Amino acid sequence: MNETTILNKKDMVTAKTSVSVLFAGDSGDGMQLTGTQFANTVAVYGSDLNTFPNFPSEIRPPAGTISGVSGFQLQFGTSGVYTPGAKFDVMIAMNAAALKANLKNLHYGGIILADTDGFDAKNLNLSGYGEANNPLEDGTLKDYTVFKIPVLSLTRKALADTGLSTKFIDRCKNMFVLGVLYWLYSLPIETTIETLQTKFHNKQDIADANIKAVQAGYNFGDETEMFSQHGRFSVAPADKKPGVYRRVTGNEASAIGLAAAAKKAGLKLFLGSYPITPASEILQTLADMKKFDVKTFQAEDEIAGVLTSIGAAYAGALAATNTSGPGLALKSEGLGLAVILEIPLVIVNVMRGGPSTGLPTKPEQSDLLMAMYGRHGDAPMPVIAAKSPVDCFYAAYEASKIAVEYMTPVLCLTDGYLALSSEPMLVPSPDDLASITPIFSPARNADDPPYLPYKRDEKGVRQWAIPGTKGLEHRIGGLEKHHETGNVSHDPENHALMTKMRAEKVARVAEIVPDLTIDNGPEQGDLLVLGWGSTYGAIKKAVEQVLEGGCSVAHAHLRYINPFPKNLGQLMSNYKKVLIPENNAGQMLSLIRDKYLIEPVGFSKVQGLPFNEMEIEAKITDILKEL
Amino acid sequence: MTDTLAQLTAKDFTSHQEPKWCPGCGDFAVLQQLKNAMAELGLKTEEVVVVSGIGCSSRLPYYLATYGVHGIHGRAMAMASGIKTARPDLSVWVGTGDGDALSIGGNHYIHTVRRNIDMNVILFNNEIYGLTKGQYSPTSKVGLKTVTSPNGVVDHPINTVALTLGSGGTFVARVMDRDGKFMRDIFKRAAEHKGTSVVEIYQNCPIFNDGAFDAFSNKDRKADTTLYLEQGKPLVFGSDNRKGIKLDGFTPVVVDLSDPSVSKDDLWIHDEKDFIKANMLARFFDDPDTTPNALPRPFGIFYVEDRITYEEALDAQIEKAQEKGEGSFEELLSGSSTWTIN
Repeated sequence: MNETTILNKKDMVTAKTSVSVLFAGDSGDGMQLTGTQFANTVAVYGSDLNTFPNFPSEIRPPAGTISGVSGFQLQFGTSGVYTPGAKFDVMIAMNAAALKANLKNLHYGGIILADTDGFDAKNLNLSGYGEANNPLEDGTLKDYTVFKIPVLSLTRKALADTGLSTKFIDRCKNMFVLGVLYWLYSLPIETTIETLQTKFHNKQDIADANIKAVQAGYNFGDETEMFSQHGRFSVAPADKKPGVYRRVTGNEASAIGLAAAAKKAGLKLFLGSYPITPASEILQTLADMKKFDVKTFQAEDEIAGVLTSIGAAYAGALAATNTSGPGLALKSEGLGLAVILEIPLVIVNVMRGGPSTGLPTKPEQSDLLMAMYGRHGDAPMPVIAAKSPVDCFYAAYEASKIAVEYMTPVLCLTDGYLALSSEPMLVPSPDDLASITPIFSPARNADDPPYLPYKRDEKGVRQWAIPGTKGLEHRIGGLEKHHETGNVSHDPENHALMTKMRAEKVARVAEIVPDLTIDNGPEQGDLLVLGWGSTYGAIKKAVEQVLEGGCSVAHAHLRYINPFPKNLGQLMSNYKKVLIPENNAGQMLSLIRDKYLIEPVGFSKVQGLPFNEMEIEAKITDILKEL
Repeated sequence: MTDTLAQLTAKDFTSHQEPKWCPGCGDFAVLQQLKNAMAELGLKTEEVVVVSGIGCSSRLPYYLATYGVHGIHGRAMAMASGIKTARPDLSVWVGTGDGDALSIGGNHYIHTVRRNIDMNVILFNNEIYGLTKGQYSPTSKVGLKTVTSPNGVVDHPINTVALTLGSGGTFVARVMDRDGKFMRDIFKRAAEHKGTSVVEIYQNCPIFNDGAFDAFSNKDRKADTTLYLEQGKPLVFGSDNRKGIKLDGFTPVVVDLSDPSVSKDDLWIHDEKDFIKANMLARFFDDPDTTPNALPRPFGIFYVEDRITYEEALDAQIEKAQEKGEGSFEELLSGSSTWTIN
């Protein structure tokens, strides 16, 4: 710790275990690209990493205004990086509006790298500060460390002899800032240089200009006296498991998880889908995976999204559909059909703020009860939830396994936060992945006894009878059917039996659901923080903090929601209280209360924002005081 | 190659379930001709999937000894699209009605038709909701009195053939439920067509809308009210084919062939590949009961177009993506950009 070599103050290097950075600028400033470059660099460097983009829902909002600010947040570190950071340590502000929009989330005493060229009279007026109130000059930022850098001017100067147009040179200013930041955090610039060379391999002048800008920024750090009071920082690489890594967003991970499950099962993947924020990237990713025998079908609406998938599943594909809240509502009749047909189907629902159009670009966990109960009739289906971007891969994979091996639709819940966040994923080998075994009905001869499509095995699961197979011709549908022949049946006893058998089959999934384990903290004690889904990182950090303070608090995180792990009731009984933080008005709270007849403490946040660890830590502290 | 297996008969396509349609329902005739057509096409029962939505006619799959799925209201074509896209080797048929296809399933109808997924859509149009007991449908005539239109229907009805052509349909035909042999031949043409084939059937509902198509099926009237389309043949109709249709500019006019000044050579020759003329024929939609000098209602194949099917185009893209071989499982997992931590 604090290993420093003091030659002069500028060469002082302060070690940090983690740093949270926000790149903020106008939507035309290339902040997403800049942040992504930085993320790639720290990933290759070996840091733990979590990123989250924050951009306006409008495609081209007015330049220079608050509504036009685009941000890219990331946290990198040596260990314990589970979120993009509740607040950031460093903010890059490319203009006045970017500063104004984000200052409240900068840590007290945090660092601001401001492009002074974005604080001219025009930008100050557009941002709402007003040209007479430049925050860089008027003492507004006295509690922060501010580096005022004329980024645009310096970029123009550095690239003056490239012969490129000013318009083009100006676009390289983000690379200049990136160079400064690499210098400040003692990071290599090579990863970015390689990326630029690959990206612009057909446009060498553009590659050269961008590279020159990165280098100019880096050299500026080296040469300027600006940083002499503070020196540089370094963040040691994380102690990560050796292996091959890739960076994935939650949506990419969901898509790859489905494709991997199909490969493992020896099936072809079919995704029927309709574009919807924030789930579209799953369709987009899979549409570009034809090389892996993936078929995507951009349907005319959400209903056709699920119905084409049901058709494909009936025909023998691993079928999936993806959507977000409003789309899940539209699909619910189709899901009832999938339940009664008893065919495999995976529904990835990327939750966003609701009801109705709600907050389309903001995360929420408020589709939980719809996932559990949002179908007419008694129509249970397994529900599982992903806890991190990488976990979206495994959640989609497990959902596929359950769907295929239990011949049932499975709902896989992620949300807008996981969907867009990214982190490094240790690439598994195909052999590492659990087996997925479809049970197909074999062909039959004319003199065999009649085929019984709804005959079940000991798990209560029927076989998959694929069209084209000789001797299995059968007719089934949405009408209640006889428990063996599958023929239409209105018999009262048969309907009761089928309702029971459908429910029991889903309940039996519990047999392959692993026991819930304590993620962190004592096996029994004062308080259990029971989370599910994307709250994982914030709860994890909060519980780490209170455990350091010696409190008797544990964290367990639910992945299997229907059915719950068999030991959940027992596990909760080991604590005096159970706290359930969730981004809805108390839906998991209802499920737990309903099933276990206990009275947990709910903690809701419905602001279209994920929890941060401080909020959860404060809530834990409050509860402990009352115990 | 010779097929050593004996060709199946209509009986082989008959399931063990007894049809539960009302006595006198037009659906029986359609079922029989479908079975005949499937047998004559040399199809095997295990390669056929019949998909339906909800409605009287959507019970169709139960009565055929093939694979069958009776889905949910309006969604048959979406489900069939998934089946055919996933499994282009299957012979996919859709049984649907005017309410199922054109009302609750209207969106799926137009998009399936424009995609040209290879399936045969048998659209039973009885201009009424039968299964729910007699409410008016999107094809009911203006003024029809039903339980939900006690003062008469005020909705303007859908013209199925025009809608299908407008949606980019590549095979559009209309038949009458009583025209058994004619219907069977058109089913066979529909099955042989690669793409979405739509066959609209005027199907009488003896319970809730009896006689809806009398104007076109009544022995005394049909000669003057119907026009049977034949490829390469002039448009003639009327008793003893005494009437013909010719184009006066863009206006179709009925001419009397017994008039010596009228030559048969001037008549409109039907060409099922002519999209413009197919659209004009689709507009022969006058109600002979209310329109004086109504143009006759055409039956037969309006339009056929050879166009690549959705599933062929998608498979071609997949084939192209796999020019250098299918991607490995390892590559699927690692993607194109990785780094290594030692």
